[in-house]
Amino acid sequence: MLRIRNLDAGYGSLTVLRRVSIHVKPGEIVAIVGANGAGKSTLLKTIVGLVRPRAGEVLFEGTDVSRTPTEAIVRAGCSLVPEGRQVFADMTVWENLLLGAHVQRGKGGRAGLQADLDRICGLFPVLAERRRQLAGTLSGGEQQMLAMGRALMAHPRLLMLDEPSMGLAPLIVRDIFDIVVRISAAGSTVLLVEQNARSALKVAHRGYVLETGTITMQGTSEELLANRDVQRAYLGKDANEESERGAP
Amino acid sequence: MTGALAIQYLVAGLTYGTIYAVVGMGFNIIYNTTGIINFAQGEFVMLGGMIAVSLHAILPLPLAIAGAVLATMVVGALIELVFIHWLSRPTVLRMIIVTIGISILIREVALLIWGHNVRVLPYFTGNEISAIDLLGARISPQVLWVVAVCAAMVALTTAFFQWTMLGRQMRACASNQVGAAVCGLPIRRLVTLSFVLSAGMGALAGCVVCPITYTQYGMGTGLAIKGFTVAILGGLGNSLGAVAAGLLLGIIESFTVSQLPTAFKDTVSIAILLGVLLLRPSGLFGARVATRA
Ligand SMILES: Nc1ncnc2c1ncn2[C@@H]1O[C@H](COP(=O)(O)OP(=O)(O)OP(=O)(O)O)[C@@H](O)[C@H]1O
Ligand SMILES: [Mg+2]
Repeated sequence: MLRIRNLDAGYGSLTVLRRVSIHVKPGEIVAIVGANGAGKSTLLKTIVGLVRPRAGEVLFEGTDVSRTPTEAIVRAGCSLVPEGRQVFADMTVWENLLLGAHVQRGKGGRAGLQADLDRICGLFPVLAERRRQLAGTLSGGEQQMLAMGRALMAHPRLLMLDEPSMGLAPLIVRDIFDIVVRISAAGSTVLLVEQNARSALKVAHRGYVLETGTITMQGTSEELLANRDVQRAYLGKDANEESERGAP
Repeated sequence: MTGALAIQYLVAGLTYGTIYAVVGMGFNIIYNTTGIINFAQGEFVMLGGMIAVSLHAILPLPLAIAGAVLATMVVGALIELVFIHWLSRPTVLRMIIVTIGISILIREVALLIWGHNVRVLPYFTGNEISAIDLLGARISPQVLWVVAVCAAMVALTTAFFQWTMLGRQMRACASNQVGAAVCGLPIRRLVTLSFVLSAGMGALAGCVVCPITYTQYGMGTGLAIKGFTVAILGGLGNSLGAVAAGLLLGIIESFTVSQLPTAFKDTVSIAILLGVLLLRPSGLFGARVATRA
């Protein structure tokens, strides 16, 4: 589905990513975890063409998209739910969803569009209730759902989520990750970037650890969750807590 | 001042006011999709009038106007493609300098083509002396044309932005660039379109006012200042605000001229502009502060 080889990327004179290689297979949920400023967002932005790679290749379904405009990448079936949601704040929930369907225009017609809207409302009932509300007046969790709904309107085969849990209450975070699992079950492949490593690795099949622009570890979620270094750095457990841990 | 005279001034104010409103809306359309304040906005009005006058030498009036509007739209597209397109992430100051440069360029080219002379289109209906009686005031039929055409433009563009998918896409670009990009919207083309639309509106306004105000190569600067005042006064990016502010400015100017020497006319709008920038930079109408990422 997605294969990245030796990717270098950055901004101006700043190099953020160095020789990053990852891959995502169809049907997988893959998590990328890492600290602030590690370059997680930069990686996703580079995949979708918002940042141009300096070197290396980004193969989406076998085609190199490292020089392809964002428009065409989204059209090809790779959507990003960006960090901070980036909803159209002064437009209604409904308009946000319609804009998400832009790359589907002319494909399913009116009936197709309605079916997509129904599908999204099934996944996020709150969006149907708030359809006429301005997106900027939604709560953080609702905005996250809207951003995900908007991305799903494009029928992505690969859905990339940049810190969907950021700033949300634990209960809402659980809802969001439940929905990620449902999206995956419905046939989309998911690439997830998170600082909330535990929640992310719980739903993911595999994961990568990104540290200051390079991949330092990779494995199945179970392996990473069990790994001492990952635990110490990203799961908030120190050695003492580990040894004291008896019953859960 | 008698009632009839007051109406006379009011109507004159409304006539200029609708023009300012249209120029102000032109500012907003481009600002809304790109965040750019296009100071060449007044030149679109001038070009519309000038080209229509030239085309009218060989074509009937409606065709000449249509041709002028189309030609100005092409100029708008060229400005965007030649000067704006390749600037990636320009600063606000740089954009202002670039658009002021463009406006000077257009003015000089216009001077070269059309000279210093004032040009004029014939009245669309009737002539200079025909008048309609409104509560004792005498109103030129061309004034009705100006008001009607500008009102129709305002209504149509508002409907366009509110109800069509293309209009929503342009608003989306304005609202959130990253969001627009990840939706796969054709941002570059939408930016070009905003210049084309804004040029077309300016040009049509330039055609309908030409019989009353005449057209000269340098008229754009004054209009740009008025239009900018109106756009700021109405709250940058707020189209209906611009309309209200445009009418208000037109009427204020008109009554100032009735009381003070004509030379003070432009002073008024500059004073208003400075006053608003100092006291209420978000415009007169509510808290819709222009925010851009
Ligand atoms: N637009 C930009 N221009 C210049 N530098 C940037 C830009 N965006 C990010 N950076 C820099 O790139 C580095 C990596 O940023 P990035 O946003 O990819 O990190 P991240 O892993 O997503 O962090 P976080 O977890 O805080 O979101 C940081 O040092 C940041 O300062
Ligand atoms: Mg980030």
